Amino acid sequence: MAKQIFYEDVQVGSEVTTLEKIATTRMLVQYAGASGDFNPLHYEEDFAKNLGVGRPIVHGLLKRAWLVNLMTDWMGQEGTLKRLSCRYRGMDYPRKMKSFEDPVDGDTWYCKGKVTKKNDADHTVECEIWVENSKGEKNTTGAATVMLPSKAK
Amino acid sequence: MAEFVLTEALKKMIGKEEPLLIYKVEEGAIQRYAQAVGDSNPMHSDVEYAAQSPFGRLKSPPGFVGWPVTSGFDMFQFVEKLIAAGAPRGNLDGGMEYEFLSPIGAGDILAARIRIASIVGKETKLGPTMSTTVEITYTNQRGAVALKARHTFLSF
Repeated sequence: MAKQIFYEDVQVGSEVTTLEKIATTRMLVQYAGASGDFNPLHYEEDFAKNLGVGRPIVHGLLKRAWLVNLMTDWMGQEGTLKRLSCRYRGMDYPRKMKSFEDPVDGDTWYCKGKVTKKNDADHTVECEIWVENSKGEKNTTGAATVMLPSKAK
Repeated sequence: MAEFVLTEALKKMIGKEEPLLIYKVEEGAIQRYAQAVGDSNPMHSDVEYAAQSPFGRLKSPPGFVGWPVTSGFDMFQFVEKLIAAGAPRGNLDGGMEYEFLSPIGAGDILAARIRIASIVGKETKLGPTMSTTVEITYTNQRGAVALKARHTFLSF
């Protein structure tokens, strides 16, 4: 766990600590089981092709969960996530696996954020957030508000 | 390309509520979700650690419940209903907004109220698209609203 961040530590323009993620088809199946989202779009080649997205894609909901993870890791145990929203603007494709040890090369996703506003009244911090793939495409973008503990008690 | 037409049957679905869903939050479900997402916070996985914390029990990561997530909402039945009412067959998730009002933990019993807030036609890069916004309010067994979610669902 990173050490606790305080309201006074951040300024408008401060960066949220980047969180790195990968996704393999196996991880998408695991997410499907854990979330109850069994849409075949995320594991059936022909289904994805017929829908017009080429091949199975990463769940929007998983990318959303990564953004939640970005914010909760950053705010620490004493922070509170108040709001989060995101939109899906493009498709992301999982890595494939040749063996247990060898997920083939493919995208790494970088979950990032930047502070856009501070509210002194309630110690909340507003951020723009996004998931960027290895090509620098921001296919998932959104906003989040967290409440941080204050040093001035 | 044909334009999207909002049928009478679809118009009638706007504002309609789905049957109330009751969902019990289990420890194992929280642990499996956190693992699938790659969230390493011990509050979501370590029962002993969570018991010693001020919260006192495993806490679910925000977004653990939502759409259709883990709460037993049959998304495919819902989509079939939209298609039967005239929606195009292709569908993709468009995005969401969450307002987290109180934390959700193991043992909580949530009631999910699901309502179609709007159905509108628009032109997107998918072509003529129907955008359905669904509002879900989760209330816990103490009567407190835990989460308000708005999900946008695209049919094309």
